[in-house]
Amino acid sequence: MDCALDIFFLEAVLNGVLLAGLLALLALGLNLVFGVIDVVWICYAELVMVGMYAIFYFYKMVGLPIPLAMLLGVLIVALAGIILHVVVIRPVLDTPPINQLLVTGGVLFFLQAAATMAFGIDFRNIGVQFGSVSFADMYFSWNRIITFVVALVIMFCLWLFLRRTFIGTAIRAVSQDRHVMPLMGVDTRQVYLVTSAIGGGLAGLAASLMVLQFDIYPQIGLQFGPLVFMICVLGGLGNMVGGFIAAFIIAQFITIGGSCFATEWGYAIAFLFFMVMIFLRPRGLFGGKA
Amino acid sequence: MALLKVQGLTKTFNGFTAIKNVSFEVAEGEILGLIGPNGSGKSTTFNCIAGMYVPTAGSIVFDGQEIAGLPANRICHAGIGRTYQIPRPFHNLTILENVALSAWFGQNRTVSREECWRLATEALEMVGLPTDPRLTTEGLGAAALKKLELARALATQPRLLLADESLNGLDHNEMEQAAEMLQRIRKEKGITIVWVEHIMGVLMRVVDRVVVLDHGEVIFDGSPEAAQNDRRVIEVYLGTEATA
Repeated sequence: MDCALDIFFLEAVLNGVLLAGLLALLALGLNLVFGVIDVVWICYAELVMVGMYAIFYFYKMVGLPIPLAMLLGVLIVALAGIILHVVVIRPVLDTPPINQLLVTGGVLFFLQAAATMAFGIDFRNIGVQFGSVSFADMYFSWNRIITFVVALVIMFCLWLFLRRTFIGTAIRAVSQDRHVMPLMGVDTRQVYLVTSAIGGGLAGLAASLMVLQFDIYPQIGLQFGPLVFMICVLGGLGNMVGGFIAAFIIAQFITIGGSCFATEWGYAIAFLFFMVMIFLRPRGLFGGKA
Repeated sequence: MALLKVQGLTKTFNGFTAIKNVSFEVAEGEILGLIGPNGSGKSTTFNCIAGMYVPTAGSIVFDGQEIAGLPANRICHAGIGRTYQIPRPFHNLTILENVALSAWFGQNRTVSREECWRLATEALEMVGLPTDPRLTTEGLGAAALKKLELARALATQPRLLLADESLNGLDHNEMEQAAEMLQRIRKEKGITIVWVEHIMGVLMRVVDRVVVLDHGEVIFDGSPEAAQNDRRVIEVYLGTEATA
């Protein structure tokens, strides 16, 4: 229990920044879907899990090159996003939020069970390592650095898409007023489908980055799902910029807390901070959708 | 030939009849006033034509095509634009984006991006709003928001414009300007207009014809002058609101 402002502390801070990139990417997909469709995909982390298994399958079992396996993983999860919307979300769009939570919660358990049936409960690993870099007595794995940089690039691309294309503009507009859109000639059902595909695609991209750092197992969603959900709520549900900042805050609690005490304590402190903040600011630090 | 032909339009909500057997026509190039006291069924009629509601019975023929029951986005593509009584701009988009989005989707994504920005600029100029791409909707007053609403409808390149109580919440000067603008839109763009309003004064001077609704039924269809002398119109409408 050593919390001096030394080199280990700095290492924890920098590792927190690297972790935050991934968490921010995960939060972005969930926030996008909620902001536009007004439904929380509780099973979001399980979609990531599906993507991780897909990449594992195509890379390790089929033997495809890793970039191709990742591309297929992204496409499969994007397709899963569309199927999720059409089969599960669309029928409950106009029902109370609790129904929507329960059906996507059902999908969560379904996907976990399906993954267990297909791949068993073993921890899988694609075993791609890029080594590490040392800098002033601190060590950082290249996998983490690559994850961080790629996550930022993906987020920037999505930002450009939302700003510079009419479809992206429509996605931003729908999140504000979905009823006026048809009068402008917009088919909102199409906008929802595109959003679901992008939300799924983002989960697939996150999966591509996570296989570089984490073992794959059916319950991995439980490790990340609550964390991502907490980040979204802390940043203001549906508020993409808020989610981005919240990811950096929460990641610091996890890595500094983990470095000063123990990894488990890092998560506990992060959730404690979250609970206090949500008492003080019920709509998140930066305000979310009403 | 009539551009819009509404026949026997009926809409009920859970047993409550909002409009009953409403029939009227709108000629190409006409400005038609659709008036009536609160709750007379003006908005319901509008919402049925624009595709927000599916009519319980009746037919709506636009340009020779039956459009009753089509989804709102398809009706927009067919060439009917509408404004809202209470402006509903997207505050998270810029003024120009609000209108360009309309231009793109309103024509079913068949025009180029450049053309959309041009159409949006043109629509904003038409209604007298600034075309600076950096300006947001922040700080726009009631009159400007109504103009934005109108620009958004115009950008979809409609042949028929449904203007919902455009003058609500404006002062006298702004009302005159708005009425003038609708006339200008018809003159310069050749757009046919159905104007729903309950402030009668300005409307009566601008429209070619009025259709008066009361309790969901058409009680008068004719010239504004004749309406002001019609006993039933005076009773149900002028008698209650205009003289108050």
